[in-house]
Amino acid sequence: MGSLQLKSIRKAFGSNEVLKGIDLEVKDGEFVIFVGPSGCGKSTLLRVIAGLEDATSGSIRIDGQEMATTPPAKRGIAMVFQSYALYPHLTVKDNMGLGLKQAGTEKAEIDTRVAKASGMLSLDPYLARRPAELSGGQRQRVAIGRAIVREPKLFLFDEPLSNLDAALRVQTRLEIAGLHRRLKATMIYVTHDQVEAMTLADKIVVLNAGAIEQIGSPMELYNKPANVFVAGFIGSPQMNFIPAEKLGDTGAKTIGVRPEHVALSRESGDWKGKVIHVEHLGADTIVYLETEATGLLTVRLFGEHAYAPDDMVFATPDRTSLHRFDANDRAIA
Amino acid sequence: MSKARSAPVRAAFIHLALIAYTLVALFPVFLTLVNSFKSRSAIFSQPMALPTPSTFSLIGYQTVLSQGNFVGYFQNSLIVTVASIALVLLFGAMAAFALSEYRFRGNTLMGLYLALGIMIPIRLGTVAILQGMVAAGLVNTLTSLILVYTAQGLPLAIFILSEFMRTVSDDLKSAGRIDGLSEYAIFFRLVLPLVRPAMATVAVFTMIPIWNDLWFPLILAPGEATKTVTLGAQMFIGQFVTNWNAVLSALSLAILPVMVLYVIFSRQLIRGITSGAVK
Repeated sequence: MGSLQLKSIRKAFGSNEVLKGIDLEVKDGEFVIFVGPSGCGKSTLLRVIAGLEDATSGSIRIDGQEMATTPPAKRGIAMVFQSYALYPHLTVKDNMGLGLKQAGTEKAEIDTRVAKASGMLSLDPYLARRPAELSGGQRQRVAIGRAIVREPKLFLFDEPLSNLDAALRVQTRLEIAGLHRRLKATMIYVTHDQVEAMTLADKIVVLNAGAIEQIGSPMELYNKPANVFVAGFIGSPQMNFIPAEKLGDTGAKTIGVRPEHVALSRESGDWKGKVIHVEHLGADTIVYLETEATGLLTVRLFGEHAYAPDDMVFATPDRTSLHRFDANDRAIA
Repeated sequence: MSKARSAPVRAAFIHLALIAYTLVALFPVFLTLVNSFKSRSAIFSQPMALPTPSTFSLIGYQTVLSQGNFVGYFQNSLIVTVASIALVLLFGAMAAFALSEYRFRGNTLMGLYLALGIMIPIRLGTVAILQGMVAAGLVNTLTSLILVYTAQGLPLAIFILSEFMRTVSDDLKSAGRIDGLSEYAIFFRLVLPLVRPAMATVAVFTMIPIWNDLWFPLILAPGEATKTVTLGAQMFIGQFVTNWNAVLSALSLAILPVMVLYVIFSRQLIRGITSGAVK
């Protein structure tokens, strides 16, 4: 239980079409992440699944049942919001129990479920507090707890980590991953952060301008991007795109090479260039080159390297890791 | 203010201006209060002087409390004011919620139409209102005043409250919907508590013109049983002789209830439980 089928979902606000026909199949227990730049429609899609927005056309099935006329509370979903959205006048315990109370669940049952969720998220000391008395990380844990307590078929996360600081974000990310392993629940998660997408997802859905660009596991997207957009969106620093003609390749329009698939040498190599800027990150060194053959080139080296601006170096791409794209920006297999 | 950002000269000028304004604003109130405690001759001979043992007199208050039915007038004023505020807040907030929350055809036009009342004084419609009230048999009832004041207060209430309701987090309302709260529950339990400071502002702005109004009580409800305080005080103002002691005493007394209401609402302005809801 907990599967989801979307069939040609369209959503328009007035004449502005935000979703342009989304087809998607999510299997029970999968962790699916919608990722894309802001304004690509990923949050709208999530709100359509939740029933907070009506789709202009198309069908949504949860566990095989058509949901078009089902109100959000009856869809068997729970949602965690970016801004936490806790009820300010209720205690942590009541915040977590409200959904069940509205559904007419018995008090004893609510208590056991709240206790279980608060144990999982180590919220026990805070059950009697109001949201105002909690820190940001605690508030987001309460919001996650509120979702767990409902024991939904489908967990929906709308950029849940965006308001947290970097350290807390990593920690909460781990907690969400752990939660998915323990609950084996179906989760749909929206983010614009590709690191979150790569680390959490079983399946990533890359959205752009209201349409799906590619669906696949994190490594599929990384190793076999279907088009230039996905290739540029997944991976950091971004893939280098080089006009194919500059490299003498007539079969393709663009050649892509990831920064980590380029080797640098002071003595010899394919492309001669000048170092413009170097970023030392400890584990990595990011070198920006201006080469005659390729223009601006980003190179990611592992470990520490003593390159400095104005050094003359040679870059050599790993021939087996080149990505070739045709005139329509599609990958050439 | 921190030491680094304080500028003594500028602060002094600001305070000077504020003090000057306070004096100007409070002067009529001061004059009314002071003179209400003086004898008639003292009011005319030295209107600015404070009451001294020789000029002190409670004759005005005695007249007010013995003549006419001032307790009744107060009661009428309070009923009209409180009922009008309650209706303005309830309907204003509901309309504002609909305008800010739901997308429907004509939403913007409806909002403009409802705000139009801010620009057009309701008194222009006095004749039509009177005819309507006569036809409905509501002349000389408090209901007629409450209806008119509710209509008068709604435009500003809707205008202010819909702006505030737009600032209430969408996520919070969505969370409520997913938890199965009805639209009414979302409105009363989630949104209203968060816009309480705005509600208090609207209440204050609505209350004062209603309490002070002379026009509609005079036209719609001049009967003895439905007189309001401001209308009641008029009976001491004659064409040839005015009982200033009584007028000033009546007005001084009339300040009190509205002060109490103001204190109640302004506490709401300060208190807020919104923190912690979002972010």
